[in-house]
Amino acid sequence: MNRTTGKFIFRNFIKMILLLFAVSIAAFALMTASPIDPLKANVGQTALGSMSQEQIAKLEEYWGVGKPPVQRYLAWFRDFVKGDMGVSLLYRQKVTTVIAVKLGNSLFLMVIAWILSGVTGFLLGALAGMKHGKPIDKVIKGYCLLISSTPAFWIAMLLLMIFGVWLKILPIGLSVPIGVEASGVTFLDRVRHAILPAVTLSITGISNIAMHTREKMIDICDSDYVLFARARGESTWEIFRNHGFRNVLGPAMTLQFASISEIFGGSVLVEQVFSYPGLGQAAVSAGLGSDLPLLMAITIISAIFVFGGNLIANILYGVIDPRIRRGGVVR
Amino acid sequence: MKEAATFPEKRLDVYTEKNFAENEEGYRKKKWNRRKTIIVLLIVAIGFLAAVCIGGFFCKEAAQVTDFSRKNLPPCLSYPFGTDWLGRDMFARTVRGLSISIIIGVCAATFSAVMAFILGVVSATMGKTADAVVTWFIDLVMGIPHMLLLILICVACGRGLKGVILGVALTHWTSLARLIRGEVLQLKEQIYIKTAKKLGKSNLYIAMKHMVPHLLPQFIVGLVLLFPHAILHESSITFLGFGLSNEQPAIGIILSEAMKYLVTGKWWLALFPGIMLILTVVCFFTTGENLRMLLDPASVHE
Amino acid sequence: MEKEKILEINHMRISFCQYQKGMRQTELQVIRDLNVTVHAGEMVAIVGSSGSGKSLLAHGILGILPYNAFMKGEIQYCGETLTEKRIRKLRGKEIVLVPQSTSYLDPLMKVGQQICKGKKNPEKKRKLNRIFEQYSLDQKVQEQYPFELSGGMTRRIMISTALIETPKLVIADEPTPGLDPRLARRAMEHFRQLADMGAAVLMITHDLELALDTADRIQVFYAGYTIEDAIAEDFLKEETLRHPYTRALWRAMPKNGFHYIDGVQPYTRDMKPGCPFAPRCEKCTDRCREKEVPWRSSGNGYVRCVYDT
Repeated sequence: MNRTTGKFIFRNFIKMILLLFAVSIAAFALMTASPIDPLKANVGQTALGSMSQEQIAKLEEYWGVGKPPVQRYLAWFRDFVKGDMGVSLLYRQKVTTVIAVKLGNSLFLMVIAWILSGVTGFLLGALAGMKHGKPIDKVIKGYCLLISSTPAFWIAMLLLMIFGVWLKILPIGLSVPIGVEASGVTFLDRVRHAILPAVTLSITGISNIAMHTREKMIDICDSDYVLFARARGESTWEIFRNHGFRNVLGPAMTLQFASISEIFGGSVLVEQVFSYPGLGQAAVSAGLGSDLPLLMAITIISAIFVFGGNLIANILYGVIDPRIRRGGVVR
Repeated sequence: MKEAATFPEKRLDVYTEKNFAENEEGYRKKKWNRRKTIIVLLIVAIGFLAAVCIGGFFCKEAAQVTDFSRKNLPPCLSYPFGTDWLGRDMFARTVRGLSISIIIGVCAATFSAVMAFILGVVSATMGKTADAVVTWFIDLVMGIPHMLLLILICVACGRGLKGVILGVALTHWTSLARLIRGEVLQLKEQIYIKTAKKLGKSNLYIAMKHMVPHLLPQFIVGLVLLFPHAILHESSITFLGFGLSNEQPAIGIILSEAMKYLVTGKWWLALFPGIMLILTVVCFFTTGENLRMLLDPASVHE
Repeated sequence: MEKEKILEINHMRISFCQYQKGMRQTELQVIRDLNVTVHAGEMVAIVGSSGSGKSLLAHGILGILPYNAFMKGEIQYCGETLTEKRIRKLRGKEIVLVPQSTSYLDPLMKVGQQICKGKKNPEKKRKLNRIFEQYSLDQKVQEQYPFELSGGMTRRIMISTALIETPKLVIADEPTPGLDPRLARRAMEHFRQLADMGAAVLMITHDLELALDTADRIQVFYAGYTIEDAIAEDFLKEETLRHPYTRALWRAMPKNGFHYIDGVQPYTRDMKPGCPFAPRCEKCTDRCREKEVPWRSSGNGYVRCVYDT
């Protein structure tokens, strides 16, 4: 680590803050531009009709109808900087509380899926790249094409049908058994309920990393230094150990950190199918129910994760590659 | 081979192991080469997609007909995909739904690709400020997970067709714009373009004569490869309930309805529409990839 | 020369399979008829202009041609046919390649590790230390990455990859481009040393003058053919050279007057039957244009020309 690296991280950090600020403005603008009347959506037309004017006025204030958007944004921003993200209109709880619970559930899911898909995808991609053109490569490529053509929610439904409905070995939904008190939920229960969503997310995540690792590996295998290694009598395994692994690891890790956004997107769909009470499901209900504070918070949180992932990816690249680490100029 | 005949008689083949001999035989006789396979694949894929689109046009009525005398039928000869709880023919619904999804996807992707092209070119040619602004927007859009941004845009448009098209279009342009930007930047540095400039050729001439032939294949491939992503996202957002209304049987709607009946064991409601959706997307992917292979000059060695 | 014959190549052909316009596949012949013999302790230089496919010869011997390339002909190594199975065992041990540029070194692997192929063998390590001493390379260099090396250092490192083994045949592929004359000469001397130590050295280069300084025999490569095989002394006078092209080369050398002949080497795709040099040759007759010209012995060398000169 030297001064250039420090400067690099600092600059990226500032950029991240500015981008987060822009994200919050964009999200807020989109939410307020919505023609959907939150009162009608959440209270219902008939219920509104039977209410008195004062009640409606009170509700309007609760849902934030009527105040100019700029003023509302500034108020939101002032509170946000203080660490107060407002009150979720749907859950009638502080947003921070809601997020804490949901994020915990989601992270449990996403971290497992992220690691699982990263490792399997890397290995499959490396294998396919080393065996370019051979049957095993075609199988892996075909699998990746199939998976990237399949919507995540449909894989979720398929697994639900097979394991939940047909074989009845795994629970159908929710993160905890129904009717059991919170204290009675064991860790094992949580794991059992997270298996299917996590597996679904992993399956969908594999194709991206595997395809990229494969491409990189093919490039590496076409390189002069691998040609020379072959001329020196290194076996395929030695080539992988000496050159392939070394050169493909950096790009693969960078990609996996930069693809956090996709796992977030996938989790929205998967959590919806499995009724898993995580961040993604909360985002859907917040969107459908015009719960502005909650959706804002979820957007910001996910953006933090995405930008953070990108930042780590950038830094990692410098740590892994000696050309940058040793202060040399990148060719 | 003319000169082969004039070789001295003593001519041993060194690499006599069978793989080498086969290769030599193989490639001379191979009339049926890789490029022909690619073209056949292309025709099959485009044929399938065209069939679905045309079929969807004719299935419009059939997809809506309810008939309680035939409800909840598992797949059989007259109803290959079965029927649902209202007695609607799932095959007709699937084809209709797919055609709607394909049309929406293609519209959104085209919109997105045109946007990517314009922004990419602007960012590469209009100076530093324009470049910084476009790159900033790319970073911004990439910073919010696609699904979340889609939800936000759909909410902003009040859910419905407009929201879906706009949402998909606004979330998908970033990578293609980056590609175009990089490509134009690289082209600008090419010696033949610099020479053309020195020779006093007009910017329009250079753009038409040297840039467009280079960018067009890239753009077309990028556009075709956007279709599958657009369709996938369209079906996902509709599945979540942000897209089209229940009266229009888009593929996402069909699948989200099917999910409610999943637990009761009506597997065919979800299985067949899903498989058809995957087939459609695979067709688009292979079309794009194969086009890329045909248009890529580096593939002469394959 | 009664030394052991290490490598003998007869009628080697290498061709590529390519797509032309549309869907037609064609065969592109890069090496058409190549004949080389190298003895133990001898240094043979194959001289041809840049980009004429000489590198493929090295790749062909080592069995590392790209998958769309095909090779025919006969390769004998130490009196036995060199099959694909045999070269797999020999390459990197008895037969070694010294590559042409830094791109042949893994950018992310330390130099020392790379020379030892990632193995931690104490004996190899000691040998490596000795080689480094011999080439006056700092032992610290072992811990450096290829991007940190200078041009001359890279050159020595690449020769070290050959020396760490005990090679009988060293194939050097364009070992001098990008080096200034002094360094290039030094690099050639390293190869001369290898030959003096008893190895057979096959040097592929485009630099005739440099080759004449150090090599025992020169082979001239033109448009996919070897057209002349001559000992270095033959190059002292124009008269002792056999082929018109070699003579043209000789006249083009700075010390012999810098005379160039017109024309360029024909591109492989538009080659006509007959002698490849025919379009540029002053002695060319119908015989040269009609039929393939055979490779025949002439004095203490070989030539591919119908005329005795």
